[in-house]
Amino acid sequence: MNIFVCVKQVPDTETKIIPTSDGSFIETASIKWIMNPYDEFAVEQALLIKQANPAANVTVVRVGSVKDTEALRTAMAMGADEAALVEATDNLDSYSIAKALKGAIEKTGKKPDIILSGKQAIDDDALQVPQILAEMFNLPSVSVIVGFELAGNTVKVKREVEGGALEVYEVSTPVVLACNKGLNTPRYASLPGIMKAKKKPMAQFSLADVGVTDADRRVKYSGFKLPPEKPAGKKYDATDSAKQREVVSQVIGLLRTEAKVI
Amino acid sequence: MANVLVFTELHDGHVKPVTLEILGKLAGQSADVAVIGDISADQVAELAKHGGQNVHKLKGSNLDKYSPEGYSNALSEFIKSKSYDYVFAGATSMGKDLLPRLATKFNAGLASDVVNFVFDGGTFAGTRPFFAGKCLAKVEITGPKPHFISIRPNALGMTANPTAGSGAAADVNANAGDIRAQIKEIIKAASTKVDLTEANIIVTGGRAMKNAENFKILNEMADVIGATVGASRAAVDSGFAPHSMQVGQTGKTVAPSLYIACGVSGAIQHLAGMRTSKVIVAINSDPDAPIFTRADYGIVGDLFQIVPILTEEFKKLLGR
Repeated sequence: MNIFVCVKQVPDTETKIIPTSDGSFIETASIKWIMNPYDEFAVEQALLIKQANPAANVTVVRVGSVKDTEALRTAMAMGADEAALVEATDNLDSYSIAKALKGAIEKTGKKPDIILSGKQAIDDDALQVPQILAEMFNLPSVSVIVGFELAGNTVKVKREVEGGALEVYEVSTPVVLACNKGLNTPRYASLPGIMKAKKKPMAQFSLADVGVTDADRRVKYSGFKLPPEKPAGKKYDATDSAKQREVVSQVIGLLRTEAKVI
Repeated sequence: MANVLVFTELHDGHVKPVTLEILGKLAGQSADVAVIGDISADQVAELAKHGGQNVHKLKGSNLDKYSPEGYSNALSEFIKSKSYDYVFAGATSMGKDLLPRLATKFNAGLASDVVNFVFDGGTFAGTRPFFAGKCLAKVEITGPKPHFISIRPNALGMTANPTAGSGAAADVNANAGDIRAQIKEIIKAASTKVDLTEANIIVTGGRAMKNAENFKILNEMADVIGATVGASRAAVDSGFAPHSMQVGQTGKTVAPSLYIACGVSGAIQHLAGMRTSKVIVAINSDPDAPIFTRADYGIVGDLFQIVPILTEEFKKLLGR
């Protein structure tokens, strides 16, 4: 069984984002890069499948800059067998990324049985790549999954929708699945795992190698800027319990008369 | 003038508010609506009031339940029979799942989770957040048409006096094609409240809630003001609330008209997820908590004392 996990490398969630002076993207020089948090659930799910099916092979694939290969090394330290990296800028659009992932998966010569990824990357938050990839491969897909069972070649997954309701899907492999938090608890990489990861194979491709050109771009992003800051609001001290009711009724009054939201 | 199709999903027979937000904002363009299945005359009238022209009801077998393949097959066949420049939908659970597949059937681009847009000489130009709203960027679509756009609920707002459309409804024969990923069962959520991403009022609890049990004081206040309850990442990671309630960069990005943060310190990833709320109230015992830098109305004090008083005062005000 061939399992592919598509991962992205993104700025850590605590990163302060600073747009470049020309607005073309953000300053990336001092960013701490991490594996996209949702992709960790995808890597973990692949490893859980491999535990139950020892003959399975797990390949992690990433499209992005090569300044740092943290995401792929982390995935291999967790237990993935090998990696493929397509070198590209960090602000490619979803269509180009999906096409590059498809090209890289095909380059490995292995026919995918299960392709996993996070439900979204927390940089562009586009929520597009897994579904585009599925359509490009002409495969079924289920996104935002929080439950997974594999029996033979039938996958039963739970997809989370509005309000926490769940849609239960049954689908045969090959399939593309996009993982949400709650699916599993990602393991930490062990020290021996980290040492072993250094010797695991990592194929490297250019966009041209995997058949992607500038003409594949479908969405252009520009004019990156910080959102407008709100002026400072009003702050009331209600630490003294004698004052609490007065403060609360004042705030509620303002919500009605000034903010007009109640 | 651009030729636009707006796909609307139905929830309990009603079009989602985001559809009406989109139609209102499309004033000046020609906007048709597509729905899968039947839609009542009342709802067609609602679409027309907000600017909907032709309302296409796509009907066929295997379309009673959502499936990514069935819906994208049916819609792509319909869209190919017309000449739309743009296809819009809400960035809802369904919209986010469906549109990337549908767009790829045309090898076309999709601008997702757009929060504002204009048409300049018939060409779309939008704004969308990056990094959960830590910054904004302009988004344009190139390549083959139609171009696809998903719109974040609650972002555009309703247009005050929309220009009405004709609202001419007609059935269209639709073909779901082969469906490999099928819904076998739907497990209903414990809560019947509107989802955080679509809520008008949100009450969120942070780490200071101390445990899951204490969320009941937030639920009581939420019931009085018609709010949906959310949680910070710290509260979710501590096991006080499920991930479906999480607001922030690794949870849901929300844009309600009123956001009440209770015992939320205001980590950068949380602020990113709720910063577009129109009015923010924060209750925290730490006067230096970062959440106060974003709050319109900050109350420094113990949430376990303040929240019950808020609930009582809201009850008095609203006569509930």
